[in-house]
Amino acid sequence: MEKQLFNYLLRLADSSLILGHRLSEWCGHGPVLEEDIALTNIALDFVGRTNSLYEYAGKVEGKGRTEDDLAYLRTEREFFNNLLSEQPNGDYAQTILRQYLTDAFEIHFYEALTKSKDETLAGIAAKSLKEIQYHLRHSSSWMLRLGDGTKESNTRLQNSLNEIYRFTGSLFETDENDSVLIAGGIVPELTGIQQQWQKDVDTMLEKAMLNKPENVWMQKGCLQGKHTENLGYILAEMQSLHRAYPGVNW
Amino acid sequence: METIKLQEIFDAKIEKGDTIEPKDWMPENYRKTLIRQISQHAHSEIVGMLPEGNWITRAPSLRRKMVLLAKVQDEGGHGLYLYSAAETMGISRDEMIDQLHSGKAKYSSIFNYPTLSWADIGAIGWLVDGAAIMNQVMLQRTSYGPYARAMVRICKEESFHQRQGYEIMTVLAKGTPEQKELAQDALNRFWWPSLMMLGPTDKESPNTEQSVKWKIKRETNDEVRQKFVDRTVPQADILGLKIPDKDLKWNEAKNGYDFGEANWEEFFNVVKGNGPCNKERLSARVKAHENGAWVREAAAAYAARESKRGNNGN
Repeated sequence: MEKQLFNYLLRLADSSLILGHRLSEWCGHGPVLEEDIALTNIALDFVGRTNSLYEYAGKVEGKGRTEDDLAYLRTEREFFNNLLSEQPNGDYAQTILRQYLTDAFEIHFYEALTKSKDETLAGIAAKSLKEIQYHLRHSSSWMLRLGDGTKESNTRLQNSLNEIYRFTGSLFETDENDSVLIAGGIVPELTGIQQQWQKDVDTMLEKAMLNKPENVWMQKGCLQGKHTENLGYILAEMQSLHRAYPGVNW
Repeated sequence: METIKLQEIFDAKIEKGDTIEPKDWMPENYRKTLIRQISQHAHSEIVGMLPEGNWITRAPSLRRKMVLLAKVQDEGGHGLYLYSAAETMGISRDEMIDQLHSGKAKYSSIFNYPTLSWADIGAIGWLVDGAAIMNQVMLQRTSYGPYARAMVRICKEESFHQRQGYEIMTVLAKGTPEQKELAQDALNRFWWPSLMMLGPTDKESPNTEQSVKWKIKRETNDEVRQKFVDRTVPQADILGLKIPDKDLKWNEAKNGYDFGEANWEEFFNVVKGNGPCNKERLSARVKAHENGAWVREAAAAYAARESKRGNNGN
């Protein structure tokens, strides 16, 4: 089961790293100082979670790879983050929406993961869950402010929804790798979580006066390392310095 | 009470070393000087997020990325307390931000230099935060209460940043020859700007004398600069890096280092707007503010509607 657990940990860590990277791009450029600080803080939570997950993945794999080897020395086709996480920040509406859709998933997912029979994973999940509760509070409050704010903010949020909703199916991608882990009580089954997510999201969209896009064809492929073109640029930037000086300490 | 009497009470407090609090009477120039200084300090924290933020997405390890994110977040927090401290003197954050964007208010000259390599992040922590701390430690005893108290909190975090910066430099200086070269190059570029960020020499500093009298400043620019040099040179020695100053030498008689004259023409040009990144820094701030206008409007509209509905807007 080590192989499957390793793959699964990479998937979680990659999603967390890539979204953390996107959020960190806001640093110094937020719409108001309090939000600049909040987004940087949330980015830090994601990178911290990534670090714990890669560290554990390295141990599970048992080949001596460190968290930095896993973050900095894999290529696009070896990353398994969900497709939503790599979408561009766009305007503040798109960033908030991407965050809300993710937080609404993670709150249920990580809560279920705290019950994992793998103690290390359950521990990481418990710590993350506390952070996610804050993230969700933050993104939900902004969904309402922007959705029920001005005509412009509502239009921007609606446009973002039309643009990125097609990547939400990627949050729930699963394959035969997972079935072994689900059977062993290591990771949760996603069907119930998806239903809860959909229910929460539908309620939020209504409160925020948004129209849910109909008949959306969901983009998928992250578990095979098939991404949107965005990921290559994120990795090129993120890994450039680390790769320029191979094998040194930082 | 008559102004003369109020002035006497104020002077007595300053003389005695008591703090001046927001509701106390104070001379108009004292207020103006402090608003200028505190807002300039707040703007420096905010603009300072940009050169360091420049390396967050490229930080060479996850640990360095986390430390840098936390640091830049701290800078934003310092900006917030300082804006609040200035607001106690009767100016709003919006007014201060407008003054920054119009060029009326200044921020620290150092942030108009670019961060060209990862080592610059180390150099900024070590030298720039190191120089800033020299000023800030002194400001913990500044005569205006809210400013002094903000400084106590800020100092704790800044000295942590300074140690982290020095640690980045240590790893580079003890690393491969290429890494050591990065460290030396960063020191070469940031040394003189760090000395200059402590302000012009005492004879060129029009505000110093009055500020010292009011105990806003407890030491002059030149005194602080001397302390900074004396503290930093041995640290460079430990790293095996060379300070780029041919006139630098120990002076036993004064128990401190003699050092060369900075290029003050460059300093005054950077302050005037001619530094390598003045335009970029200011336009990044203006752009963030303008792009955020619809967000702030939406939040205000929502809050107004919520308060009509009897909710508190959160």
